[in-house]
Amino acid sequence: MKYISIKNQQRIALESIPVLDYSVFLTVNLDLTGNNSQRHCVCYFGYRQKEQLKLFCCIADDQEHNIHVSSSVVSLDEILNSFSAHNRAFEKFEREIHENFGIKYSDHPWLKPVRYSFNRADQTQQMAGYPFYTIDSDELHEVGVGPVHAGVIEPGHFRFICNGEQILHLEIQLGYQHRGVEELFLNKSKLIQRVVLSESISGDSVIEHASAFAYVWESLCGFVPSRDILFARTLAQEIERIAIHTGDLSAICADIAYQLGNSVFGRLRTPIINFFQEWCGNRLSKGLIRPGINQYPFNPYLAERITTILNSYHRDFTEMKDLMFKMASVLTRLEQTGAMHNEELLSIGTVGISARMNGIERDIRKSHPYGLYSELNHEPFVKHHGDVYSRAQIRKLEIDQSIEYIREMIKNIPEIENQNQKIASPAPNSFVVALTEGWRGEVCHAAITDSNGELALYKIKDPSFHNWLALALAVRNNEISDFPVCNKSFNLSYCGHDL
Amino acid sequence: MLENLKILYHQGKQYIPDVRTVQVPGIFTGRPEISLEKVDEKALAELCPTDAILVSPVRIDIGKCVFCGECAKAFPEKIHFTKDFKISTNQRDRLIISEGDTNPISINPDLVRKEVRKIFSGSLKLRQVSAGGDSSCEWELNACGNVNFDMGRFGVEFVASPRHADGIVITGPITKNMAEALEITYNATPSPKIIILVGTDAISGGIFADSPAIDRSFLDTHHVDLYIPGNPAHPLAIINGILDLLGK
Repeated sequence: MKYISIKNQQRIALESIPVLDYSVFLTVNLDLTGNNSQRHCVCYFGYRQKEQLKLFCCIADDQEHNIHVSSSVVSLDEILNSFSAHNRAFEKFEREIHENFGIKYSDHPWLKPVRYSFNRADQTQQMAGYPFYTIDSDELHEVGVGPVHAGVIEPGHFRFICNGEQILHLEIQLGYQHRGVEELFLNKSKLIQRVVLSESISGDSVIEHASAFAYVWESLCGFVPSRDILFARTLAQEIERIAIHTGDLSAICADIAYQLGNSVFGRLRTPIINFFQEWCGNRLSKGLIRPGINQYPFNPYLAERITTILNSYHRDFTEMKDLMFKMASVLTRLEQTGAMHNEELLSIGTVGISARMNGIERDIRKSHPYGLYSELNHEPFVKHHGDVYSRAQIRKLEIDQSIEYIREMIKNIPEIENQNQKIASPAPNSFVVALTEGWRGEVCHAAITDSNGELALYKIKDPSFHNWLALALAVRNNEISDFPVCNKSFNLSYCGHDL
Repeated sequence: MLENLKILYHQGKQYIPDVRTVQVPGIFTGRPEISLEKVDEKALAELCPTDAILVSPVRIDIGKCVFCGECAKAFPEKIHFTKDFKISTNQRDRLIISEGDTNPISINPDLVRKEVRKIFSGSLKLRQVSAGGDSSCEWELNACGNVNFDMGRFGVEFVASPRHADGIVITGPITKNMAEALEITYNATPSPKIIILVGTDAISGGIFADSPAIDRSFLDTHHVDLYIPGNPAHPLAIINGILDLLGK
């Protein structure tokens, strides 16, 4: 057995994961993912064990609906053959392993720093010294944007190489938001601290990260969440999706100077997140999701409220989006801007909206359903142009779809169960992977416990980890003035990437 | 054209008429009130993820509080979060709420530099620096400029360059990787200038306070003009805090 196949959120004994020779480990994982868009790597990380490094690779199989996990042990001073030389989709994971542990690769195409983590192996690498690709030319010029950006947005540095207005190359340096989240998960011992951390990984993606943590923790503790808990999480995920997608449409309108769209979509976000405040006291839904308990049970009064809010929202949203999506002056800015081909997207391993925008159906709600998604029979929207228009369309369609899901779900509000059931402690020597589908794309949390049941490793992967490279490639050959709308149409997480 | 007008008509008046007196919907976790009931203070303080609860007497430091509500859930007779969103102040210790104190949180006018009210009360342009913020406060700061909250009507807006700004608004615990950029941005802002901290992470580091990836030394050497707590800070808290600072 070269790998063990597990389900989303399934807890297994650490020792049940086959430990392979590195060359076998490489072949197995390359074979699993080669020429097969139905399988992709959801996480690949290292677990330090004194002077050795145990590598874990998890490949999600969307057809079989399971995750194939394999491992290998290497010593820190070995020089390894990279996965990336054969499959670019692994390149970021290997860069991270190199940055965190100093592992040398003989043939990695682009071993650049990922986030300048405080515990990086090579402390001589500094933020100010990022090795940007440069070119010596009289006709080309470089434009550097950030880290502090014009708008109210997180920091990152964008280095363009331009020929007049046309972008030939963009390189994105991240790491400014690095707060040491994964280490803190291990150091903070109170459950509430870890919960608060999970909500703060990426503050606009509270539900997907907090749920992923809750599912990991519950699985480690052998706790089976009751239907009302799953209901609350699924409902909240779809409400958040509506709220953020609306905000994104507003931001896209701002960047193409369509003031009416900007104002109307901007204000339409308000009633949706005010509903979160009615439900759990916080507009961004911090506090709603807790492992092992239904913190704010959903009830018929809340169902009435969300119905009223959605009815009013839907009317105004439909009117605005119908106008926006038929205006020539809007479409001309969106169509064919920031486009990427299907093959490119597959080769770099994009997930979520960035994958679905051109033919790659990757959506955890369908491929590895969790919560109540298996009942919703979710069918993701897949577009085929890979441009800003496709990304905007997906958002518009997903808003309508989420509204339908919510209306369907609230017809049957589950009874509150087991409010007094105490969640136990995590099992020792265990391994869990939980996948959730946030509004950007898939979130992956993986945990390992030691012989005392303490967290020995907590690995977080935000969809932005894969998708930042898609943005960098998408803007090639576009005008630099289209950069803001391309950036907003992806709307990737800086802090989710930097951790 | 007609469709535009129809939409405008349907949207109607979206701005909140009076941001000073509006009531927030639902169960907003605002200023906490601590009763004088006797409880197991040690257990109470133990509950808090960010050590925001002090004992003998019981106090909550809302500059450290992440408003998770665990304390109110476990000791409802002791702690209750009101819907009062006016929780900003310019004096750090006014963020520490004592048991028995139900007074609202306010600005200390004596600590407001004269030039702040003289020069900025009609127009305050701010530069936002996210120094490790998780983007929740950034979304809410953006919402402050939308048609509902419309802080633009008070002359407050965000600008694209520190050169155009009257001050900086910091979110996030201030990561090591952003510390230099923050310093450069602040130095590039012409005087007189103010510093506003928005959100628990900015005020105390929040859940990241003891992370080795943080570097808050900027705040040791610079005077902070306004603290706006929250996780994230609510747009009404932000706008009211700024209006209070400006003396409007």
